[in-house]
Amino acid sequence: MAGISLRNIRKSFKDAQILHGVSLDIADGEFLTLVGPSGCGKTTLLRIIAGLETQDSGDVLIGDRMVDDLPPKARDVAMVFQSYALYPYMTVAENIALPLEMRRLSALQRLPLAGRFMPGARAARAGIDRDVKAVADGLGIGHLAARKPAQLSGGQRQRVALARAMVRRPKAFLMDEPLSNLDAKMRVQARTEISELHRSLGATFVYVTHDQAEAMTMSDRVAVMMGGHLLQVAPPQVIYDDPQDLAVATFIGTPEINTLPGRIGADGRVEVIGTPWPVTVEGQPGAEVTVAIRPEALMVTRGAASDAIALVGTIRHVEMLGAETLVHVVASPLTRPLVTRIEPSAAAALKKGDPVALSTDPRRVLVFGKDGKRIAVRQSTPALTPAARGVTVHV
Amino acid sequence: MRTRSIAATGLGFQLFRHAVLGLGAFLMLAPFVIMISVSLKPSGEIFAPEFTLLPKQWHAWQNYADAFTKQPLARYILNGFIVTGSIFACQLLTALPCAYALAKLRWRGRETMFMLVLLGLLIPPQVTAIPLYILLWQVGLLNTYAAIILPSTISVFGIFLMRQFFLTVPDDLINAARLDGLGEFAIVWRIMMPTAMPAVIAFGVLSLVWNWNEFFWPLIVVQSEHLATPPLGVVFFANAEAGTNYGPLMAAATAITAPLVIAFLAAQRWFIDGVTMTAVK
Repeated sequence: MAGISLRNIRKSFKDAQILHGVSLDIADGEFLTLVGPSGCGKTTLLRIIAGLETQDSGDVLIGDRMVDDLPPKARDVAMVFQSYALYPYMTVAENIALPLEMRRLSALQRLPLAGRFMPGARAARAGIDRDVKAVADGLGIGHLAARKPAQLSGGQRQRVALARAMVRRPKAFLMDEPLSNLDAKMRVQARTEISELHRSLGATFVYVTHDQAEAMTMSDRVAVMMGGHLLQVAPPQVIYDDPQDLAVATFIGTPEINTLPGRIGADGRVEVIGTPWPVTVEGQPGAEVTVAIRPEALMVTRGAASDAIALVGTIRHVEMLGAETLVHVVASPLTRPLVTRIEPSAAAALKKGDPVALSTDPRRVLVFGKDGKRIAVRQSTPALTPAARGVTVHV
Repeated sequence: MRTRSIAATGLGFQLFRHAVLGLGAFLMLAPFVIMISVSLKPSGEIFAPEFTLLPKQWHAWQNYADAFTKQPLARYILNGFIVTGSIFACQLLTALPCAYALAKLRWRGRETMFMLVLLGLLIPPQVTAIPLYILLWQVGLLNTYAAIILPSTISVFGIFLMRQFFLTVPDDLINAARLDGLGEFAIVWRIMMPTAMPAVIAFGVLSLVWNWNEFFWPLIVVQSEHLATPPLGVVFFANAEAGTNYGPLMAAATAITAPLVIAFLAAQRWFIDGVTMTAVK
């Protein structure tokens, strides 16, 4: 078991720079997910850790040991590929046994036919068979040992790939979108299984995905990557509640976070559509900002607008999802609807075309600068807002 | 797809298509049918004015017995197996690592090297015959098996065919093997070759047919009868029999063609897979 450290990793393919100096420390036994849209460099980073790609500059350390010059097999990490990469002409048992054969048998003992009669080969083979069986049984694929990969379902193949990675007890597991070839139902189940596997093995997992649900549900920490930069590394809930970059805020969360154009007023308060909100930020007065509010932080109030209400609009669409209801509201002069997530009971009376007002707790308003970086809110004291004085603040 | 094409095309087109295919098959097969037919007949019947497929008087036993006794035909066939087997083994030993390097490894000059392989395909074997002959004479290998085998040990066609097939093998399979602890040569023999088995078999059939039938080169470097390959043997046979005794001659021709036909029929399924290029389904 070992932690992994990346120090200022850079990588270009031809003229395109894929990684712009990525540094990251992954603790021993941690489940870290690299998440980002396709083409953000997350798979390249994983392959650099594995040694399948060589970085242009920067260092990779596995368990405090510099591995930059080591080939993949010497790094003692295992990888599960998106395509599973099972050897198609080998049986399940042979697939799982191969990593052990390469490590426990000498070149002579691996020879076809003759290798069986080399001294020590029989005992080593018996040990390999035992370990293969133990791992396969542990994953519930023991009965498939004699099948070829082509005869297996997607979920079974994924388990064989996991078994092949687990059997040699590597220092770390690298997983490249291992669930993306499964159907939706299997994926949810496999998510739980991989989390349990991580807990029982106690090994370091580095997991690459573009699926934020996988990132949020399985990880100890999530690393959000965009365009070759690591934007934020934090536990899932922090990534969601406290994103440090607008790109992180919009990438994580379904439905997407609501964004409104705003600017910093002379008194430091954020103005949205010309109305100052009770949110004071540190920033240059007059600077343009983006105000972002999670759908569940917006409340819908029926009825006419009062003076305090900043955002009024009409319902364009009501989406019933069972456990929750999404209400899409167009607040003029904005054209893009704002999405709110509310209790179905609260939405029962709402229908398309209704005039409504949108309000929020000022503490849940996120402000981002023009460069996308989060701007610290100095003061969003609800005590000073009309809400605290008994009037609902409608922002 | 097949049912749709039948439904979509008329009976007339079906008949026409089969007629064209039938004519093609007839033209291809006729020489072989005549060869077998003649090998069964006594000499009197061979030049009889009316052609019959089957002999009136069966002479098969005598013809085939003559073919195998008057000349060491069995020896020629054995030579054929020794030569083609050795050549194919050497071609695999060279073609698979080369094809792997050209298809899956990244190195400076790879494209240039591949262009050279393609150029190699364009050079007729006769061009290099004289330098090779002189070389073999200088190392004293003329009139040996090695003289027939050595010039064919590297097949640019084999390299090309295997490279094209290796391109279809997913990179992740190779990456998985690297993480599992396999070196590059182990990847070639343990991962690439089994995965590319259809192409290996297709190449094997083509190599076997080509080298079994090769006449020009063995004729140049081999004088001894006991080293003769099957086509040379047939020529020796024709000379020895003054070229008139067609029954045994055709029996000999049938006997040396048979291994090729059997090899092809045995490998047919993989052969089709191999030339249509699908590695991992």
